[in-house]
Amino acid sequence: MGEIDLIAGILHGYPQNPRYLLAILLDIQEQEKYLSKSAMHMTAEYLGVPDSRVYAVATFYSTLSLKKKGRVIVRVCMGTACHLRGSASALSEFERLLGIKNKGTTDDGKYTLETVNCVGACALAPVITTEQKTFTRVMPSGVADLLAGEELL
Amino acid sequence: MKFDSVAELKLYKEKLKPENCNVRTIWVCGGPGCAANGSLELLELFNSIISKKANDTKNNFWQNIKASLMPEHEKNTNGFKTGLTGCMGPCEHGPVIYIEPEGWYYQNVSPDDAEMILRTLSNGEVYEKTLPKDITGKPVLVPTEKNIPFLAGQRKIILGRMKNTSPLDLDGYIKHGGYSALIKALEDIPPEVVCSMITDSGLRGRGGGGFPTGRKWEACRKSSAKKRYVLVNGDEGDPGAFMDRALMEGDPYSVLEGLTIGGYAIGSDTGIIYVRHEYPLAVVNLKNAINKLYEAGLLGENILGTGFSFNAEICQGGGAFVCGESTALMASVEGRPGIPRVKYIRSTEKGIWDSPTVLNNVETWANVPVIINNGVEWYKNIGTEKSPGTKVFALVGKVMNTGLVEIPMGLTLRQMIYDIGGGIAKKRPFKAVQTGGPSGGCLPESMLDTPVDFDSLDSAGSMMGSGGMIVMDDRTCMVEVARYFIDFLAEESCGKCTPCREGLKKMQVLLHDLTNGKGKEGDTAALKELAEAVSDTALCALGQSSANPVLSTIKYFPKEYEEHEKEHFCRAGVCSEMFDYQIIPDKCRSCGLCEKKCPADAVSKLESGKFEIILDKCIKCGICIEACPFASIEAVKEAAHNG
Repeated sequence: MGEIDLIAGILHGYPQNPRYLLAILLDIQEQEKYLSKSAMHMTAEYLGVPDSRVYAVATFYSTLSLKKKGRVIVRVCMGTACHLRGSASALSEFERLLGIKNKGTTDDGKYTLETVNCVGACALAPVITTEQKTFTRVMPSGVADLLAGEELL
Repeated sequence: MKFDSVAELKLYKEKLKPENCNVRTIWVCGGPGCAANGSLELLELFNSIISKKANDTKNNFWQNIKASLMPEHEKNTNGFKTGLTGCMGPCEHGPVIYIEPEGWYYQNVSPDDAEMILRTLSNGEVYEKTLPKDITGKPVLVPTEKNIPFLAGQRKIILGRMKNTSPLDLDGYIKHGGYSALIKALEDIPPEVVCSMITDSGLRGRGGGGFPTGRKWEACRKSSAKKRYVLVNGDEGDPGAFMDRALMEGDPYSVLEGLTIGGYAIGSDTGIIYVRHEYPLAVVNLKNAINKLYEAGLLGENILGTGFSFNAEICQGGGAFVCGESTALMASVEGRPGIPRVKYIRSTEKGIWDSPTVLNNVETWANVPVIINNGVEWYKNIGTEKSPGTKVFALVGKVMNTGLVEIPMGLTLRQMIYDIGGGIAKKRPFKAVQTGGPSGGCLPESMLDTPVDFDSLDSAGSMMGSGGMIVMDDRTCMVEVARYFIDFLAEESCGKCTPCREGLKKMQVLLHDLTNGKGKEGDTAALKELAEAVSDTALCALGQSSANPVLSTIKYFPKEYEEHEKEHFCRAGVCSEMFDYQIIPDKCRSCGLCEKKCPADAVSKLESGKFEIILDKCIKCGICIEACPFASIEAVKEAAHNG
């Protein structure tokens, strides 16, 4: 399915009411891993709002992104409990091994590295998540194994 | 099954009564912690053992179980049923299971234990390996709620169902008291009386502010506007908090029943649940619950034939902390950036789409059916006079028993941390407890006897907040904790008002200097002045409270700020480059664990048999401190500064 059909499919799942702007953009983000210019423009036309309003929402919420994200988004939790139990060191180990900084995407489009402010599994800190899985008590020494075993994919 | 009248639902409730269908059930905790520890696989394993053995006619043992335990109408279950619940609470020791009708809890259950658990159970015996422990570390002989210290001190009026009810199953909710409150309200209590019951109960907003819920409801009810809204604030953004997640995932029907009663009370036919984007399972479980309620006629037009109509829908957030603020949340539901507005006009007059709106936190809504069911007097007997009821906390950090906890208000911090939490992990000294998330504060040991209620925590310089309770030990640097929260808040500031946008950035610079060994004389004073200015002048509640982490740590831990500023020393051994590690000879027992664990080869043995850290080689990773069983390694002032 081409991008235009895909976006149109998402749009027609919603009534033409601007209140669904965020919901639509979240759906597009999930499918496409980013919001393209044309997708945002189609959304603006469909809802009858100016492009500027779509852009305002697209750049306000941290889940939405104008740059394409990787197939797997590795989210390192920076919540208080994870912070106290050393999540910052796990993050730097990911940065070192993947060769990218926080919010970056690897060249092969496999991984995007992000931080998240609490995923609500504080009792098992430090925690990292992907869309599908949760990994608990992640120590810096365990990061290499997670990546080598492709467990995150 | 669709209920067309109150009588039909009542009849159905009668049929589901626990005593009418009591099969031995193994409930596996499906909370986020246990699920991450493999509880879903464990459930499948239980199921496959049970069904495999059920069909094995040659196996006398299992045939005997079948004969002895199986009630007539449950022939296909082999005497055992299983189910997945919401979070049972003791997350540290997951996976946790709960067994009915015995009322036993097992913890740290591994796949290897599954078969033995079934075998011992069919003999009426406990399985020793998975027994919870008491305070002394000995296994509890009969693992019921009142014998397990972590559970015994709690009072679960909100979380109670999350040990023996599937969050997906409407029947389960109805069986355990669900929808009796709505029946009661629709049959016997006029809407304005429901409002006054909530006012009289003294219920206060569980999202943090503690505003009297009934006052909000009555104000909204008085409005002349025709269209009104009830909203659920499920944008639980505080780092270190997962109470609302647990409720939305584990007992979604209770939130929806509360919301429906709220709609009835204030005269609204539309409820919207705003859920944080980071909680996908909450969305799935709430959607499932809403669909089932429409099918059952408990949402939609003309509910139970009473003429009352109510619709509920879900709205997902986009990952913005500020959307937990009420006006920002409403902007977000309307499909706009979540930026707060000044509250000249209250939301109960003009809220979402300029209609009168009642917005309450997830836990607040879950309290509503409890109050209607049990009555105002019963509810007021729990908790304290000014803060009645219970509060759910996420007890986390450096505490032995982390997990989800519900306590009657008025218990002290000490009781929570030591009696329920089991004290500080690894027996290290307590340093501080943080409540209220980024808007709250850190309280020191001298404040441990503060009762946990809205007003006591406020006057101590912290706040109740939504219920994160983070315990810190002596290896936590309070300046660094302040830096952490200010980093978080600076990142999440929406940028609308100057004090919050610029003030937080300036505080960030000062705190980064202090924690990087670049502190200068006067930094702490400047920080305090800035923090006070921000709390006096920011636009929304989140901005005003953003200075709390700084103000409370300066108030209670001035010495640490002084050391960071003047001596460039971090006594907790957290801020790198600001300390050296040293093995205290008197405490060293020559076990050699530090030498074994050190990744940098920086520990050497002295002639005395004791050990010493070679400072030139030490990379200050802290692994030796974690390894030392005798707490003989301490952070001391850097040698370079001394000489």
